Amino acid sequence: MNRLQQAFAAANAQGRPARVLFMPCGFPTKAASLEAMETLVAGGADVLELGVPFSDPIADGAVIQAASQQALKDGVNLTDILALAAELRARHPALGLVLFSYFNPLLAYGPERLCADAAKAGIDGLLVVDVPYEEQEEFKPLVTAAGLSWIPLISPATTPERAAKIIEGCDGFVYVITVRGITGERKALPPELADRLAALHRVTALPLAAGFGISDAATAAEIGRHAQGIVVGSAAVRALAEGGTVGLADFMKRLKG
Amino acid sequence: MSKHYGIYGGQYVPETLIPTLAEIDSAYRQAIQDPAFWAEYDALMKDYVGRESPLYHARRLSEALGGAQIYLKREDLNHTGAHKVNNVIGQVLLAKRMGKTRLIAETGAGMHGVATATVAALFGLPCEVYMGALDVERQAPNVDRMRALGATVVAVESGSRTLKDAMNEAIRDWAASAEHTFYVIGTVAGPAPYPEMVAEFQSVIGKEARRQCLAKLGRLPDEVLACVGGGSNAMGIFAGFLQDTTVRLTGVEAGGRGLASGEHAASINGGTVGVLHGCKTKLLQTPEGQVIEAYSASAGLDYPGVGPEHCFLADLGRVRYAVCDDEPAIQAFDALCRYEGIIPALESSHALAEALRIAPTLPREAVLLVNLSGRGDKDMGNVSGWKARHPDYRFRPLSK
Repeated sequence: MNRLQQAFAAANAQGRPARVLFMPCGFPTKAASLEAMETLVAGGADVLELGVPFSDPIADGAVIQAASQQALKDGVNLTDILALAAELRARHPALGLVLFSYFNPLLAYGPERLCADAAKAGIDGLLVVDVPYEEQEEFKPLVTAAGLSWIPLISPATTPERAAKIIEGCDGFVYVITVRGITGERKALPPELADRLAALHRVTALPLAAGFGISDAATAAEIGRHAQGIVVGSAAVRALAEGGTVGLADFMKRLKG
Repeated sequence: MSKHYGIYGGQYVPETLIPTLAEIDSAYRQAIQDPAFWAEYDALMKDYVGRESPLYHARRLSEALGGAQIYLKREDLNHTGAHKVNNVIGQVLLAKRMGKTRLIAETGAGMHGVATATVAALFGLPCEVYMGALDVERQAPNVDRMRALGATVVAVESGSRTLKDAMNEAIRDWAASAEHTFYVIGTVAGPAPYPEMVAEFQSVIGKEARRQCLAKLGRLPDEVLACVGGGSNAMGIFAGFLQDTTVRLTGVEAGGRGLASGEHAASINGGTVGVLHGCKTKLLQTPEGQVIEAYSASAGLDYPGVGPEHCFLADLGRVRYAVCDDEPAIQAFDALCRYEGIIPALESSHALAEALRIAPTLPREAVLLVNLSGRGDKDMGNVSGWKARHPDYRFRPLSK
């Protein structure tokens, strides 16, 4: 079992879903980014998705766009982000660390060099939101060869047959998008989500983490009955943007219920 | 299907959109095999758009240059004033076949937005056009036109508030709405099959032009020139001549304040390989892979990417990609106004400028075919504004 799978197993052994928290690196500033990540860990995050800010985040809603833009204005880049990851790894040996990015910044850094440096920094996996199955051949082999997990994305539009193809050869967890559309908080999750998660469990033994739209303990607990983990992004980013690390710590407390 | 053009192209989109692209791809391939689809397209091209567009010999202009003969493919005479409508009609016919009930589009200068709003009205479909907030301010007349046609114009406040951000926002809408919404992309970029599809619907320009050249001149042109922002009018006219290896093809990118200034829109000449809006292409970007804003006096050319097939044709050496800065484009704009009584779009003026530059170096028998992709009424304010900011500018009359 690799570290990501262990993080899920440890949380599930406590009778709860693993908490996967997304946060753009360099937000609210480069200097304050480590403190923000530490607040998530102290608040009970089992896995961190370290967001690589990109100028054109087509899969993200307004909250994450604004945070990414602010981080870019402060000049954050992949070198900073890898250093942040290395620091988090040194402090938290069991914490799952996933680099969450659009492809272009990784391409500019150099895919091979990125994989080597990410592995060196103690990152466990990569999720590249705009590299679907159709385009993964140019990057996934480099990622797995470096000993990193390729984290696949499954959407409501993905058929179980296609999901099986996408998940093949993956060894971390599966990110299941709950709703069509972009990241952001939502009032209700679709009723068919439980069935979708059940269908995916028949396709893979990997832990499933459901995300997009989750912002409170009740939804988290509800999803926890059908998945091994929950992914929370926009709600945490907004808590930090509006209330600083105090607001973020409060949010994490509420998320734990 | 041609998802890739060499290393370029592809489908770099979130998983949510992949089934949508597969659905479009399959509907598109069925449609182009269906004579009924083309019959409807052709009828609209003739009766609604006003095709075929003339091939016009710019005699006075050519005479003044004293070299090659310049011919203009008059896409400016199409309904809505530019080539954009050719593509929009093709895509909306496809949307109808697919049972989609809502259209969305992105627009920069507003020409593609106007064309989409126009065709949406023609088919009675609701239409939302995403436009950068900065462009909404700069292109007020086109915003009014879209609204008059019944479209909703959404001012996009994120990022640099221009075309690329409008496209980001349209993609976000689409990711949530694709079950009932068709995204009408305005250029030969975006994820496959869009670059191929848009090129196909614009190829009517090149097919007509080739036929017209043979009928009128009894020969093919020596060189075909077109401006390249995203590159749809260029792919459209090149399509007629790609197989004719004796015909030189030239795309003209917007040099803005000059390549060296960094303020330009020349993605092929001044960009590097990257991924934006669903395809791998040449991009204006920082060394760290953040996309930077393009600049050109011509709003329709200031896109930081370019169609993937253009990058491929550049690598193959089949098409030469030249650069024309703001100033020579304005000179060409003035020249066509004064020598031919035709007000060209600033975009098309870039292609014309390259023709004006090379014509005097060529013999009188040589034929240059320029795609006059749009009319310039929309640019009167831009041109006078540019001239006001450049008080030293003087129109240089052409002389032999």
